[in-house]
Parts: sequence; structure tokens; C-alpha cells
Amino acid sequence: MTTMTTTELWCDRCGESATATAHPACASARQLEPPRFCPHCRRRMKVQVLPVGWSAVCVEHGEIRG
Amino acid sequence: MPEILDQARTQVLGDGVGLDQAGVLAVLNLPDEHLPAALQLAHDVRMRWCGPEVEVEGIVSLKTGGCPEDCHFCSQSGLFTSPVRSVWLDIPSLVEAAKQTAATGATEFCIVAAVRGPDARLMKQMREGVAAIKAEVDIQVAASLGMLSKEQVDDLVDMGVHRYNHNLETCRSYFPNVVTTHSWEERWETLRMVRDSGMEVCCGGILGLGETVEQRAEFAAQLAELNPHEVPLNFLNPRPGTPLGDRPVVEGKDALRAIAAFRLAMPRTILRYAGGREITLGDLGTRDGLLGGINAVIVGNYLTTLGRPATADLELLDELKMPVKALSATL
Ligand code: SF4
Ligand SMILES: [Zn+2]
Ligand SMILES: [Zn+2]
Repeated sequence: MTTMTTTELWCDRCGESATATAHPACASARQLEPPRFCPHCRRRMKVQVLPVGWSAVCVEHGEIRG
Repeated sequence: MPEILDQARTQVLGDGVGLDQAGVLAVLNLPDEHLPAALQLAHDVRMRWCGPEVEVEGIVSLKTGGCPEDCHFCSQSGLFTSPVRSVWLDIPSLVEAAKQTAATGATEFCIVAAVRGPDARLMKQMREGVAAIKAEVDIQVAASLGMLSKEQVDDLVDMGVHRYNHNLETCRSYFPNVVTTHSWEERWETLRMVRDSGMEVCCGGILGLGETVEQRAEFAAQLAELNPHEVPLNFLNPRPGTPLGDRPVVEGKDALRAIAAFRLAMPRTILRYAGGREITLGDLGTRDGLLGGINAVIVGNYLTTLGRPATADLELLDELKMPVKALSATL
């Protein structure tokens, strides 16, 4: 089993480092968008938007829903 | 009162005859101080020729991403470096999405796929999906699957799909600047076959692709010539990685001018607020549009982006005393 840190290393919208700089534009855009990149490993996730909510799957880190 | 609004009052409100291209252009060019009067007139036209009901629809993506076409606004094209990955929705989840949509009071559920046109696998998925929805959910099913063959049109009719969406996206003269992998005429041909089949035609587009105001008027006139049952009006939401990803969003007042102008071009059509209204017009814009010619909304989320909660729109309709169109009224 891999140890998963709780820190988000990557911006889930643009996929760039989340620790180096803040991403206010991404944070604001995310109010009307689902995440696209896994915050733990930066992989592009498989995202399904539904009329209510969304799901996003990283092959390594599993599914998140919103 | 500007002359064009006087003319529209007689011709459109009085006689139900839409403005032509020159008339639409005059509305699109109205100075800001006349915008409230234009919106009021468009609202009066909608109330007179369509009534107070608002048609509520939900949409879902059956097949997301990986599209071989190059529509420059689209995050689902496989030709750009967009972060959207290819994904298929399974049938139980499709039925669940239809149930969520019906629970809002919506009468329309549109199943969308990011494809040039359907292949055998997609048509099979549609047949099973539409049957499963019809068995469990009280809602009308529409579809948007790209360009169709005559056989596919007939198959969709046979499945019980009552309306088909295929957007021209923009006017004929600007289309080659936006899409190079197929032509405006190819889209028109699908629309012609859909209309001939007896399915309702849903055809609109996106404003803010870089078209001129003249080309917006051209687009309204071309839609009016097609005379669709429904016109969904989108405003560009610039998507990262697409060729139009850095374009500015449409100014709120220009978006409202367009809503009024398109209503005055097509007094009887269902004019639907589709994507981009949240970023172009904010929360207040939804109200202004519904009081300026819009008589239909997409509630909930879109295909790859999120909308405001359905409850926010439904509460607004309630406040505006605009009843949600009932299923019995559409059957
Ligand atoms: S055909 Fe549809 S899904 Fe494909 S790129 Fe164009 S708009 Fe996007
Ligand atoms: Zn970011
Ligand atoms: Zn991951």
C-alpha cells in the first residue's frame, strides 16, 4: 500500500504545482467546473458530469465526487 | 423610441412576423439606453406568441471527449490539449441522470455524445438507454449525436426520440473560422433530414466566437429561415487548451441585446438559455433574460462544466410567476 499524503500537490484545474504558487483564477473557475487533474499525482482524471454532481476517477487514487 | 422598435412592435408583436437580418442588426446596434425597451418588447412578444410557460430541460453527456472534429470552442475535441478525457456513461447512470432531471420538474432530457456522428456502438447504447429511461422515468427524450444518416434519423424516431439537437453554432460566413473538419452545409443537411422525419428540430449556437455583430444578425436570419422548434443560445465559456481558450467572454449587455434580437427574429420559437449564462451574465442575468425573450432553461450541470443549482432557477421562475411547462402540455 502506498502512503498518501493529505497535502494537495497539484492544482486540480490546471495541473500545475499547487505548492509553488496560489491559483486564485483556478479556484474561482472551479466553482463552475469539476476537477480535471488528480491533486495527488497530476494524472488527468476521467470525469463524468451529471445533471446533479460529478465524479472524477484517478487510476491510482480512485474516485472523488462532488 | 428607436424606429426599429416601433417597426418590431407592429410587425413582430402585432403580426407575429420576425425581423429580417437588417432589423436584427439594428436591434444589436441599439445604444445601451434603449436596451430596456428592446428587452421589454422581446418579453411582450414571447408572452403573446409563446405564453408564460418556461420549458425546463436537463442534459447529460453519454460519451464525453475524444471527438475527432475541431470545433475551436470545444473542450471535447480530441485534437486540442484540453484536459477533458474520454469517458462513457453506463445505462444505470444514464437512467439515474434522467430521474434527477425529472425530479426538478423538467420535461426534457437531452442525451448528448461528443462525436462527428454516431457509430453502431453509440446507436446501440442509445436504443438501450432510451428504452430504459422510458420504462422508468416520465420525461421526453431528446438527443444530440452529431451528423446523422437517413437510417440513423429513422432509428431515432423509432426509439421515440422526439427532438434532435444539432447546432449550426454560428453563421454560414463565419463557420469556416470555427470548424474546419466539416461544413456548415453538412450540418444543415442533417437538420433537413431531422425536420423531414417529423422530429422536432433544436438548433442554435454560441455567441462570442469572434463573429462580428453583422454576423450575429446573419446567424439569427439563417436560424429564422430554418425555423427550428427550439433555439438554444450559448455564450462562449472559453475552455483551457482550445483555440478560443483566451477569448474574452461576451459583455453582459451584448448578450442581452442578442437575446432580445433573436426573440424578435423568431417570435414563436422556444428560446433557451444554454451554456455560459453564468459567466457572461451572472445570477442577475438569468432574470434579465427571462424578462427579455427567453422562455426555456437548461437546469443543473452542462456536459463538461457546472451550472447553478436547479433550485435557484426554479425559485426564480416561481418569483417571476412563470409556470414550468408541464409534461401533459407537451405530449
Ligand atoms: S462535433 Fe461536437 S463534440 Fe466534437 S468538437 Fe465539435 S462541438 Fe465538440
Ligand atoms: Zn491551477
Ligand atoms: Zn492520482
